[in-house]
Amino acid sequence: MKTKAFSLIIFCCVFQTFLFAQTEGMVYIEGSRYLPLYGRDSTVVEVNDFKMDVYPVTNKEFKQFVEKFPKWQKSKVIKLFADDSYLSNWKNDLELKDTENPDSPVTYVSWFAAKAYCECQGKRLPTVDEWEYVAMADETTKDARVKPSYNEKILSWYEAPRSNENLIGQTPKNIWGVYDLHGLVWEWTLDFNSVLITGESRKDVDKDSNLFCGSASVNATDLMNYAAFMRYAIRGSLKAKYAMKNLGFRCVQDVNEKK
Amino acid sequence: MKHLKIIFPVLLLIMTLSSCNSNKSDQASDDIAVYQCPMKCEGEKTYPEAGSCPVCKMDLQPMETENSKELSDQDISEESIFNLTSKWHTEEGNEIQLEDLKGKTLVMVMIYTSCKAACPRLVADMRNIEAQIPEANLDDLRFVLVSIDPKIDTPERLKAFAKENMMDGEQWTFLQGTESSVQEFANVLAVKYKKISPIDFSHSNIISVFNSQGELIHQQEGLGVDNKETVEAILQLTQGQS
Repeated sequence: MKTKAFSLIIFCCVFQTFLFAQTEGMVYIEGSRYLPLYGRDSTVVEVNDFKMDVYPVTNKEFKQFVEKFPKWQKSKVIKLFADDSYLSNWKNDLELKDTENPDSPVTYVSWFAAKAYCECQGKRLPTVDEWEYVAMADETTKDARVKPSYNEKILSWYEAPRSNENLIGQTPKNIWGVYDLHGLVWEWTLDFNSVLITGESRKDVDKDSNLFCGSASVNATDLMNYAAFMRYAIRGSLKAKYAMKNLGFRCVQDVNEKK
Repeated sequence: MKHLKIIFPVLLLIMTLSSCNSNKSDQASDDIAVYQCPMKCEGEKTYPEAGSCPVCKMDLQPMETENSKELSDQDISEESIFNLTSKWHTEEGNEIQLEDLKGKTLVMVMIYTSCKAACPRLVADMRNIEAQIPEANLDDLRFVLVSIDPKIDTPERLKAFAKENMMDGEQWTFLQGTESSVQEFANVLAVKYKKISPIDFSHSNIISVFNSQGELIHQQEGLGVDNKETVEAILQLTQGQS
């Protein structure tokens, strides 16, 4: 009897991983302080412990989401929350185009849609600081930003075309056990609109003191980190309803219990 | 079961098509009717005349063209900020949704009251705009100042700020939200902001004008810029109503 119950539990556990692959597929990220490219007064920021999805959200997972929440389907989403290219690689409300792979990261999603997806699972989008914190790791170090190889690898990806059509989990996992932060798609962050650079060089040359209040205090700390600079520039140029070909997302979850 | 699967989305589609006037189509200016398969078997492919879909054989449905002027008072369009359902506190301590502001032309800006740098100038810009609007138009107008700092800017504080800046009239509204509703709202306005110290924020200086249906009509970016266009946009909107 006992073994039966036990095997049932095992079965449930296994089954659950199939059903809620996302809830399972998270890893624990131990928080710390670090110096991001754009921080507060160019000082260190503190990141609390949290859990992060191992993979970006896939087409398949997003399909389950729109089945459950029709208001995020391609034809039903309202214009305030997504522009015209929202899910434009989908055939209709529930089907991908034949050329798309269900295990590719979902792209053409707006910030509103990404946020709603995470919230429906009791998660949220990562903040810029959290995302950058995990993304500065490579396979062996938590902060690999000083290694030339780290930057080279990321930059070579930025030059590679159509990486959004690749499948998840094919880039090497970093020391936290997280895949695909680099090498697949750009990812939405919760507070992407806290990046106070316009992404437009003509506007950026003078300090933008008229466009942004207090902009002089927001300066880059490490101008050598060109890859990170590109990420911030992209965030700075996004609007929340944009849906882009190479922009996906993943979710994180706060950790309540103290370690 | 299979039938249900088809019938249900079709019903939904019909309901959405008939319940609101808005539509994906950008061909609003064309007078020619456009038809499309209700199942979108061929994606966004459209036909110039009625018929049936070559794939699923369903009757093609006319695509409605957009015309916001035809919207009745009950409906809001897809682009309206009234689609945001978050709750806000006014400086008078009332709880409202943005939709409660419907029917008035809205001039909105995001500030925080402890701001010493740009906000006083932004607020001055708002007052400047107000001064250029004839009194007759003010009835149809609301100036809304949304706080970026919902933790510090309580309704009491906003009220005090309103009095201090002589913005306590009927036409001024101050809103306190929550961190996430403020973030969402800022994203709708394309306003960027970042907390740079416990009491200070860095933020974009944008004044936005919405029509009485909550659709964005005009945005003015920058401080102390020429507000002629903004004023014109407001005048046009408020005159259209009275």
